[in-house]
Amino acid sequence: MIEVKDISKSFDGNHVLKNISVEFLPGKVNFIIGRSGSGKSVLTKCIVGLMEVDKGEIVFDGRSFTKMDRWDRRSVRQEMGMLFQGSALFDSMTVEENVMFPLKMFSKMSSGEMKDRVNFCLERVKLQGKNHLYPSEISGGMQKRTGIARAISMNPKYLFCDEPNSGLDPQTAIVIDNLIKEITYEFNTTTVVVSHDMNSVIEIGDYINFIYQGELWWKGDKKEILKTQNEELNNFVFPSEFMKEIKEVLRDGRGG
Amino acid sequence: MIVDEIDKIGTQSLGIVALLSLFMGAVVTLQTAANIDSGWIPKWTIGFTTRQTMILEFSSTIVCLILSGKVGSNIASEIGTMRISEQIDAMDIMGVNSSSYLILPKIVAAMIIFPFMVIMAMACGITAGAMIGSSTGVISLTDFNYGLTYDFEPFQVSYTLIKSVFFAFIITSVSSYHGYYTKGGALQVGQSSTKAVVYSIVLIMIANYILTQLLLL
Repeated sequence: MIEVKDISKSFDGNHVLKNISVEFLPGKVNFIIGRSGSGKSVLTKCIVGLMEVDKGEIVFDGRSFTKMDRWDRRSVRQEMGMLFQGSALFDSMTVEENVMFPLKMFSKMSSGEMKDRVNFCLERVKLQGKNHLYPSEISGGMQKRTGIARAISMNPKYLFCDEPNSGLDPQTAIVIDNLIKEITYEFNTTTVVVSHDMNSVIEIGDYINFIYQGELWWKGDKKEILKTQNEELNNFVFPSEFMKEIKEVLRDGRGG
Repeated sequence: MIVDEIDKIGTQSLGIVALLSLFMGAVVTLQTAANIDSGWIPKWTIGFTTRQTMILEFSSTIVCLILSGKVGSNIASEIGTMRISEQIDAMDIMGVNSSSYLILPKIVAAMIIFPFMVIMAMACGITAGAMIGSSTGVISLTDFNYGLTYDFEPFQVSYTLIKSVFFAFIITSVSSYHGYYTKGGALQVGQSSTKAVVYSIVLIMIANYILTQLLLL
């Protein structure tokens, strides 16, 4: 479990995160949603340690990440996997080398074992046979899947996904969503997904945290999100008149 | 990693260094010959001047200034692009020390390969000077060789090799720094690349002065 306790973060006096406390549960897909500029990416960067918080604490399974020195942090980071918005694949390496990179850096596997693990991960994301292609030679969806394969290669306890569906067509987005969900349940990872794609939220979200103007405005599950009277959340989830009508239909049990 | 970097930084720059050195050696020989009007100045001075120019300044300082443009901008833009495309963040999250993983092999590789490139530049320049001098008839090979060996101090070669090691450190560390701390997008990567070259050149000139004062005087 990841516990975020009362964290705040500001840049040049601009308070981006204000006293946020939230928990992310293991074996569940935990979403952080919010409008652009609401602070959700900053929150994620604070959780993974790419940014330092001004105040508060982040705890990974009872271990205070904020109080650790850099060496202890490094060992916790080896339990993390992250899928970046732009995939962040190393473009000088092939698909296979990208997935093998964390294994080479941190595992004590033989080269044969590493190769087997890479092939397992690539098979898991349905990219078998693409080992020797470079990131520039594969599609955006394949890059995301390679990013997932790299993220799970070390069998992480914590999986972070930053806008996993950005730039993907709806069908490919569903493939990525399902992959994240399957991996979370299969490996019991604590998965945190940052997104403003409501289709993903409804499709795979177990718990949803809505960030609004740097504050945790609402939290709940996907059934509750359809019933909420929270105005800001409603405006975010159902932004158009058409979507508001759909919500009414869903709530009243009409349609079909 | 270091071998890969030696290939990228060194081997792939051999062509440009050799080409420049060949032409520079030839031009220095011809210019010196053209400027010796007095009969009191012996012909072997041409070989002597070519040697001194190539060993003391061209092979280390000028070659490194050229390499700061080629290698420095390459390093800054490579690391800068990795920064803006979150590849460095990806390494950090994995627990990899991204700065030492990316930068250290480049610095070590450059400090190893630059002295060899400097030796090659010396050899190319002096050989080209001798060939052009004798083929155009401005100096005989015998006179050129006499000038080449006249009052030769081996420490001057050591001096220029020491300089090249310092310059290698300056180019790679300054360029890596600017690349690593790039923020923004493609425009900023370009700016980092430019800054890397400009700062490297300025620092090389300052270091050249300091090292010359320390080592030669």
